[in-house]
Amino acid sequence: MSKPLLQASAGAVKAPVRRTASKPLAWLVPAVTVGGSVPIAVLMWDAYTGALGANPVQRAELQTGLLCLALLILSLAATPLRLVTARLGLAGGKGWTWPARIRKSLGLLAFGYGVLHFLIYLFDQGFTLSTVTEDVIKRPFVTAGFTALLLLLPLALTSTPKSVKRLGFARWTRLHQLAYLAVSLGALHYWWGVKKDHTPPLIAALVIAMLFGLRLLGRKKARRSVVRA
Amino acid sequence: MTILPPDHDRDDLPNDDQATQESPSRIVNPRREFLRSAAMFSGTVAALGGGLELLTRRPGAAAEAAPGEFGDLAQGQVRRPLGPYDTSEPVTPYAQATSYNNFYEFGTDKADPARLAGSLKVRPWTVKIDGEVRKPQTVDIDTLQSWFPLEDRIYRMRCVEGWSMVMPWLGFPLAALIRRMEPTGKAKYVQFTALNDPKQFPGQRSRVLDWPYVEALRLDEALHPLAFMAVGLQGRVLPGQNGAPLRLAVPWKYGFKSIKSIVRITLTEKQPKTTWSIAAPDEYGFFANVNPAVPHPRWSQATERRIGELSRRKTLPFNGYAEQVAGLYKGMDLKKFY
Repeated sequence: MSKPLLQASAGAVKAPVRRTASKPLAWLVPAVTVGGSVPIAVLMWDAYTGALGANPVQRAELQTGLLCLALLILSLAATPLRLVTARLGLAGGKGWTWPARIRKSLGLLAFGYGVLHFLIYLFDQGFTLSTVTEDVIKRPFVTAGFTALLLLLPLALTSTPKSVKRLGFARWTRLHQLAYLAVSLGALHYWWGVKKDHTPPLIAALVIAMLFGLRLLGRKKARRSVVRA
Repeated sequence: MTILPPDHDRDDLPNDDQATQESPSRIVNPRREFLRSAAMFSGTVAALGGGLELLTRRPGAAAEAAPGEFGDLAQGQVRRPLGPYDTSEPVTPYAQATSYNNFYEFGTDKADPARLAGSLKVRPWTVKIDGEVRKPQTVDIDTLQSWFPLEDRIYRMRCVEGWSMVMPWLGFPLAALIRRMEPTGKAKYVQFTALNDPKQFPGQRSRVLDWPYVEALRLDEALHPLAFMAVGLQGRVLPGQNGAPLRLAVPWKYGFKSIKSIVRITLTEKQPKTTWSIAAPDEYGFFANVNPAVPHPRWSQATERRIGELSRRKTLPFNGYAEQVAGLYKGMDLKKFY
């Protein structure tokens, strides 16, 4: 991996400062951060007004979990989106690159909601360590969710351009492929958490499988074209 | 951060200088550019925020308390003395008791019953009583109700999902109804069947469970004085979302045993197959007695949240009715017969 590339990708994630007028899509990352934070504001408002219903803790727990999963899936859509749009000849045949610029924000938002989800669960269990450990060890449903969150931790910690440099792009990329394992475990956690109607978790799983498939397909194509060149 | 495949050509990310050169308009009209950016910013915030809200937010249903034909017996008036089967715990507010529950016939979300209960027509309504009885018959709900003096019962209700309420039911003991039908010597079980009508029960348009909903009790369980048929709640006629016009209330068992909107009661010789034990036999047994020592395969049953309380409380064996009902299960391995 050549150096200018790294700089380009690192520059893309840096929060835009001042040069708003000259930088294309400078509004994009802040907009995603604000938009992705809207649910937390609404959730707090709902809690205040009683709109969370008769079981507010469970409602908040469920919603933060769903938000984590949805944002994680969105963050993983960046590369497949670029590959598909490239196939369609969009953006001069190169495909959309803007999704890759908001991936970090989406991923960090997902992690934030995941942590919140876990904190609500801890609160729900009265912060009783014995109950939580028993849950994590004995109940696959909890084990899956807990593992998914643990996997997201190193990704969140290495989300800075500095970390990319320190690890080297190839190693950093490989590390961040853990996101796929995390999102799959998240979907499994969702599936096991549902009492009977498995349609929503099934939709999540299908979207994840589709994104993964597109990525594999795109990668094969890209490799082939490199060989030809 | 980009996780592009390592072999991907990377010059597609424009750097700032290129971008300014390519689009001189950005420099030419900064005001227009600013407005455009502001619009794009707002649009993106609205799209992402709104999309996430649509996908994940499920506001609870707000149920209004409609006065029923029994008048306001339980609320506002002098509190009647507690009966031998009543709990003295604070009653779950009517608004919560009627807006948060499982009734898959309306949908799988706990706000669905309150939202959709309007489609349920509770009159005219008949209940068919058959099987191992000497007096099989189909009886109108109002006639059936008139056979027995109505009683209040303040019962705990523990859902298998780990939440609970205190419900002031109005109705009559199940035993009174069964005795009136004169069971034959062969009768060992009592099977209950709920209404099967996708027009009234929109949730039945999906095959999420095997419709109609069927539940059953062993005859000795059904004859226990705690087993109750409810036609009202908190001094009012039973709302549709809570299982109008006739439902079961067996307080020492998980809530799903207390079948709602009953149209048929059949006494049988063999143990009937019940809906949730068909759907997931390793998760929901025939007995389904509340038991903190036997976890659901996916979650613990040791604690519960009483609706209206923030922290959890310990779940009691037989939901706190062990003294009255534990004798029914003497010698049985409750880990095996969950």
